[in-house]
Amino acid sequence: MNAIIESSQIAEAFKARAEAVSAQVERVEDKALALELVVRLLRVEGVSDSPHCGAVWAASPMVDAADRMSLEKAVPGLTFAVTRELAADAKAGISQMDFGMAATGSLVQCADAVDKRLVSTLPSMHIAILSTAALLPDLPAVIARLDPRNSAYLSFITGPSRTADIERVLTIGAHGPERLVIVLVDNLEVER
Amino acid sequence: MKKNFKQSIIDALENPKLTGALGNFSVAYRASRAKAYEGIDFEALRNQIVTIKSSAAAHFDELADRFAQVAEAKGAKVFRTDNPQAVTDYILNLAKERGVKNIVKSKSMATEELHLNKHLEKAGFDVRETDLGEWIIQLAGQTPSHMVMPAIHMTKEDVAEVFSEKVEEGQAADIAKLVRFARGKMRPKFLEAQMGVSGANIAVAETGSIVLVTNEGNARLVTTLPNIHVAVVGLEKLIENFKDVAPILTALPRSATGQLLTSYVSIISGPVPNTDGTPKELHIVLMDNRRNEMAHDPQFKEALQCIRCASCLNVCPVFRLVGGHVFGKVYTGGIGTILTAWFDALKECDDIQALCIQCGNCKEVCPGKIDIPGLILELRRRLAVEQGIPLIQKAIFAVVNNRRLFHSLLRAAPIGQFPFAKGRFIRHLPMFLSGLTDGRSLPVISADPFRDRIKKIEQPKCKEKAAFYGGCLIDFAYPEMGEAIVKVLNKAGIEVIFPEGQTCCGAPARYSGAYEVAAQNGVDNIQALLEEDVKYVVSACPTCTVALKEDFIHHLRAVGRTEELPKARQLSEKSVDFSTLAYQLIEQGRLKFKKGIEPTQFTYHDSCHFKRTLHAEQFPREMMKQAGHELIEMDEADMCCGMGGSYTIKQPEISAPILERKLVNIEKTGAPLLVIDCPGCMMQIGGGLHARNSDVKVRLTAQMLADCLE
Repeated sequence: MNAIIESSQIAEAFKARAEAVSAQVERVEDKALALELVVRLLRVEGVSDSPHCGAVWAASPMVDAADRMSLEKAVPGLTFAVTRELAADAKAGISQMDFGMAATGSLVQCADAVDKRLVSTLPSMHIAILSTAALLPDLPAVIARLDPRNSAYLSFITGPSRTADIERVLTIGAHGPERLVIVLVDNLEVER
Repeated sequence: MKKNFKQSIIDALENPKLTGALGNFSVAYRASRAKAYEGIDFEALRNQIVTIKSSAAAHFDELADRFAQVAEAKGAKVFRTDNPQAVTDYILNLAKERGVKNIVKSKSMATEELHLNKHLEKAGFDVRETDLGEWIIQLAGQTPSHMVMPAIHMTKEDVAEVFSEKVEEGQAADIAKLVRFARGKMRPKFLEAQMGVSGANIAVAETGSIVLVTNEGNARLVTTLPNIHVAVVGLEKLIENFKDVAPILTALPRSATGQLLTSYVSIISGPVPNTDGTPKELHIVLMDNRRNEMAHDPQFKEALQCIRCASCLNVCPVFRLVGGHVFGKVYTGGIGTILTAWFDALKECDDIQALCIQCGNCKEVCPGKIDIPGLILELRRRLAVEQGIPLIQKAIFAVVNNRRLFHSLLRAAPIGQFPFAKGRFIRHLPMFLSGLTDGRSLPVISADPFRDRIKKIEQPKCKEKAAFYGGCLIDFAYPEMGEAIVKVLNKAGIEVIFPEGQTCCGAPARYSGAYEVAAQNGVDNIQALLEEDVKYVVSACPTCTVALKEDFIHHLRAVGRTEELPKARQLSEKSVDFSTLAYQLIEQGRLKFKKGIEPTQFTYHDSCHFKRTLHAEQFPREMMKQAGHELIEMDEADMCCGMGGSYTIKQPEISAPILERKLVNIEKTGAPLLVIDCPGCMMQIGGGLHARNSDVKVRLTAQMLADCLE
């Protein structure tokens, strides 16, 4: 019971911080609802098999071969075979994150595989899926869980890309995505 | 001072776009920084950073060895050199060997230090800065004016003009559109580049990692899309352990931009696969360029604790007026002055070191806890040793150091100033001195200094005695302040003596780098003030009090006169500023407020040394409130008034607008009374208010207390 309350509090804290840096946070009960939500988001975004309307999904532990097939069928234009050309041309990119950091609303990912970085940087929308159980309180807790000996590219993402280089005016959407949707999934089995 | 430097200051001051942008930012920054640090113990955090960075600086060679070993075991190539030219050659050769044509860069101050772009462009490579601000100044052919916000000096209109002229005609001055335009133009460049060049914010020896911090996402693309990645890393970025990334990453975004974390942080520890499946060719250049030499300098090793957040620029009252370009070099602001002296040459900071007003704002916010004003004074001292002190200043010190001559000249002043004096103020001085009275009246040198007046005061005989240290301003310009102090201390049963042998506190010499002179001032004062056995040595000038408490010791040590140190310490222990002592006496019940004091609204100006060195800023506020008066805080109460001792004489063009802003903040409160604790600020602010015919009265805490104590 205590663990549930705790996880709920940390999820609330994470959501508040992520929203404060212009991310959108949606929390769902399980994997099936998460996939449903992603499909809906992609359709609303206008993802299709027309030119410049695709979506790219980087390999993630929660999605198996059967899921991939049904997702590609549900959303024409969506592919799991990520290349730099497809990613550069896509409207949306989807990937699964390894940790969340509540204190700053950040996502943390072991991103050695280049497709993970392509889908979260090149398209104008990034959908990040994160298990609620993978939320950690703060930077020291996250750093303690990371080991650069096992990962050559550790990546933190906090909100969509931004710049304030002209007149100090905050502008969302610089070289990376201008929209970040975080799908927080309860009851998601993750390898820890 | 070189003529073109003076002109560059005037140009900057007369550029309303620049002063407007920087002025607005400095206000917004203060608030966002404070909010970002909510719930964080800043002192504990920066102590942690000091430990991490100072221990790294003490072991650069070992850490660089270890970093190279670990990173190379993972497949990176590490190139170490102390020669900046060798870094440029390494990158040029690599690019040529690999048949590179297009290079994308994410922001790196280390490569700015090398002027790498210029060299690469000259060799025929297409080099793109990808950080928006860096790209704008690259197109405009300028250098960054700020370490974190390189194009802060430009408006959207300027940017639209640069884009229209250099990239594509017809760009509108609309920020969102300009950003989208830049994204669109840059994207193909990312995709076609064969080489990416980055810096690093942190390098970890234990794991061979480099940490990159950006908001735009450009560093992610620079390190992901091209098949070759070259990171140019200054040795000072090295830390020993991976866990120590946490405190630095906690402070850097908060201090730099008031963010809890930047949009992207990448921790790269060895080559990763490219998009074509080949492994990334990762080159890490560890660049010395005098950093190791700096680490062996007992004073300047401290500067290696810098994490390049630029908060010292953001809180600087001078930087927000003149911006970065007057510094003329890659690194700007307070820390930039120090880095320029090392990475370029000591003589290169000859002009820019004089911009520092010594207010201490930067020292208070520095996450590396670097005593930036102290190090700038040390630069001044070394410059004075290397180049000598200008003749005019030497002549002044000869006078100041000769107590009799100094005092007899000050005594003669009332006669000389007569034609210009109007009441208690001088409004206009002729010829080259006229800058002194621009926008500010000067106090008239009293014909009847405090050293004479005190003899006429009938004091009760008391068991406790205090020696009063007047300092030049109270003694010769504001003797009535001294009288107020005697009155208050007498009420507490303390008799005040004025040791005749006291002389200049040495601040003018100290702030000009003439430590021998300052040390001799110290010795003369120590002798005079310890001659009679007193319980306290009291001063009402914060600069003087700091001299008595700290600087004499510092100067004597600096010039090797260690035999004088025990007495200097004795004096330090006895010395106290007036308001701190008065507060203690009230707490002890030795001073009591009168009943039925007419309450008045007042505002309070924090004098730099009073707040940031003596930490006494709450005492006068508290005493005034206890007396029944109502405090209305002004905006930026602790921002310097622009006096800065002789700064107002050396840099009148900068001092004047700093004062102007202070006066506006005072008047905005609507309070009829300003209370301060420094006769220097009294001279600057009181003179400023007088010159604009303001009704606001200015009084020292001591004068207020003299009227409202029993």
